[in-house]
Amino acid sequence: MQHGKYRFIVGFLTVPLAIYGLFVIWPFIQSIFYSFTDWSGLSPEFKMVGFKNFTRLLDDEVFWKSLQHSVMFVVLLPLATLTLALFFAFMLNVGGRRRKNAAIAGVRGSSFYKIVYFFPQVLSIAIVALLFQFAYNPNSGALNSGLKAVGLDSVQPDWLGDPDLALWCVFAVLVWCTVGFFVVLFSAGMASIPKDYYEAALLDGANRFTTFFKITLPLLWDTVQSGWAYMGILALGAECFAVVQIMTVGPNGGGPDYSTTVLPLYVYQKAFRDGQAAYATTIGVALLIVTLLFVAVVMRLGRRERLEY
Amino acid sequence: MKTTETPPADTAEERPAVAKVDIAGGPSRKATEGRTLNVFSHGMLVLWAFMVVMPLLWAVMTSFKDDKSIFTSPWALPETLHFDNWSRAWTEAHMSDYFLNTVIVVGCSLLGTMLLGSMAAYVLARFEFPGNRFIYFLFIGGMSFPIILALVPLFYVMQNISLLNTLPGLILVYIAYSLPFTVFFMTAFFRTLPTSVAEAAFVDGASHTRTFFQVMLPMAKPGLISITIFNFLGQWNQYMLPTVLNTEQEDKVLTQGLVQLAVSQGYKGDWSGLFAGLVMAMLPVLAAYIVFQRQVVAGLTAGALK
Repeated sequence: MQHGKYRFIVGFLTVPLAIYGLFVIWPFIQSIFYSFTDWSGLSPEFKMVGFKNFTRLLDDEVFWKSLQHSVMFVVLLPLATLTLALFFAFMLNVGGRRRKNAAIAGVRGSSFYKIVYFFPQVLSIAIVALLFQFAYNPNSGALNSGLKAVGLDSVQPDWLGDPDLALWCVFAVLVWCTVGFFVVLFSAGMASIPKDYYEAALLDGANRFTTFFKITLPLLWDTVQSGWAYMGILALGAECFAVVQIMTVGPNGGGPDYSTTVLPLYVYQKAFRDGQAAYATTIGVALLIVTLLFVAVVMRLGRRERLEY
Repeated sequence: MKTTETPPADTAEERPAVAKVDIAGGPSRKATEGRTLNVFSHGMLVLWAFMVVMPLLWAVMTSFKDDKSIFTSPWALPETLHFDNWSRAWTEAHMSDYFLNTVIVVGCSLLGTMLLGSMAAYVLARFEFPGNRFIYFLFIGGMSFPIILALVPLFYVMQNISLLNTLPGLILVYIAYSLPFTVFFMTAFFRTLPTSVAEAAFVDGASHTRTFFQVMLPMAKPGLISITIFNFLGQWNQYMLPTVLNTEQEDKVLTQGLVQLAVSQGYKGDWSGLFAGLVMAMLPVLAAYIVFQRQVVAGLTAGALK
C-alpha cells in the first residue's frame, strides 16, 4: 500500500488541518500571547505589558466571584447530576418487582422513562434557558403561581432576582438538562452487568442497596468517570455560559450584583462588551488552568484497577 | 402533547414477564422489601418524568394563550386556541428566516464536518507517517479546551479575512469546532474495521482515494450515522458560537433569534408569540427524536461509552 501514500495523506489532511488550525489552534495560541499585552480589541495597536493583566486579575473582585462560582459548579454539578442519574438508573434496572426466576428486575415501563428523561438532551440549551427564565418569573411565572395554587401565598421567592437564590436557579436548570442523558448512559451500562452477580450477592443475603455499592458502581466506574469529566467541562464551558447569559439579569447576564457570573461569561463580557480583549484572554487563561486542573484531578482520582467482566 | 403518549415497542415485550410476578409474590420478607422498593422507585421515577415533561407541556399550552391570560393564570388551560400566535411568530417575529438560516448553516457544516472529519480520521487511523500521533492529539486536545478562550482572537481573525458576520464564516467555524470529536470518534471506528478489504481493493487497482470513498466509507456507515446525529444536534442547538461571531440581524440562527426575541419582548410585550416561537423550535427536534429514538440515543451516547 505504498504507492502514492504520502501524496494521499497530504491530500486528505491538508484541508481539515488548515480549517482546524486557522479557526481553533491559531486563536488559542494568539489568546495566550494576547494575555501579556494591553490590546483593547478595538484598534490593532497593542504593546507588551508582561504580567500586568495577571496582577490586575488578583485584585479583581468580579474575577474572584466568577472563579468561585465556576469552581463550585465544577465540583457540585457532576456530583448532583451523576448521583441523581445513578439513582434513577438503578431504580430503572433493579427497582422492579421480583419476577419468577430473576433475582433482579427493572421497573415496568423503563423504556418509557428513558425516552422521557432524554428529552432535555435533544433541546437547545438556549431554548431551555428561555423556558426556565419564564418559569422563574416572580410575578407570573409557572413556579410562583404553582406555589400560590397549593396555598403557599407567603412563599413567593424572587428566584433569579434574589442574589442568594439566582445561582442555584441556574444550577437547577443545568441539572434538569443533563440528568436524563446519564440515566440512559448508566442504564445501558447496568444492563450489561451479568445478572448472576446480583443473584449470587442476594443469595448471600445482601440487600439491593449493598449490591449497588458492591457490584453496580464498581463495574460502572469507567462510565461514571467519563461522565464526570464530561460534566465538569460542561460546567466550565458553553452550556454554562449560555444558561447564565440568557437567564440571569443585568446587561449580558451575571446579575444580580455579580451573584451568578461565571468565568466564560466574564471572558465574553470583558471582550465583547467592555472592549478589553487582552484582559479577557487573561481571564480565559485562568479558565484554561481551572479546566486542566479539573481534568488532571479526574484522571488521578478516577484511576482504578480495571475490572473485566 | 404528542410526545408523552405511548412508549414504543419495548414495554410490550416486558409485559408477559411482569404478569408472572403475581404468581411468584409470597409473604416472605424479601418479597415485602421488593414491593416497598417497587413503590418507592416508581414514585421517584414518575416524579422526575413529571418534572421533565411539565415545563415542556406548560410551554406548549402557553403558546396557545393570549397575552393577558399568560400573566393572570399561567397554569390554566387556554380558553380558545390562539393559532394566530404561531403565524405571528413565523412571519412577524422572523422565525421563518431563522429557520432557513439554521437549515443552511447546519446543512453545509454537517456535510463539511462529516467529509473532512472522516477523511482526516481515516488517514490518522490507517496510515503510519511521521507526525501522525502529534496531529491526532492536536485534534483530540480541542475537546477539553475552553472554547471561549479562542473566541476572543477568533473574532478578530474572522474580521481580518472578512468572514465575520457571514454564513460561510459561521459554517467554517462550526466545521472547525466539530472536528475534534468527529476525528476522535471516527479514528476509533476506522481502527475497528478489517484491513483486508481495503487491501484487496488496492490490489485490484483502486487508488487510495477511491478505496476510501467506495470501500471504507460504506463500511463505516454505522459510525457515520451515530456521529452525524451527534453533530447535527450539536450544531442545530449551538448558541455560543453564533452569539459571538454572527450578529447581523438577517443572518441569525434559531437559538440566537429566540433569545433576541425574548429580549425585545420586554418592550413589545408579545409573550404569546415568543412562546409560539419557542415551541416551534422545540417540536421538530423532539418529534425527530421520538421517531429516531434508538439512533439518537446511540449517537449521543456513543462517545461516552468508548
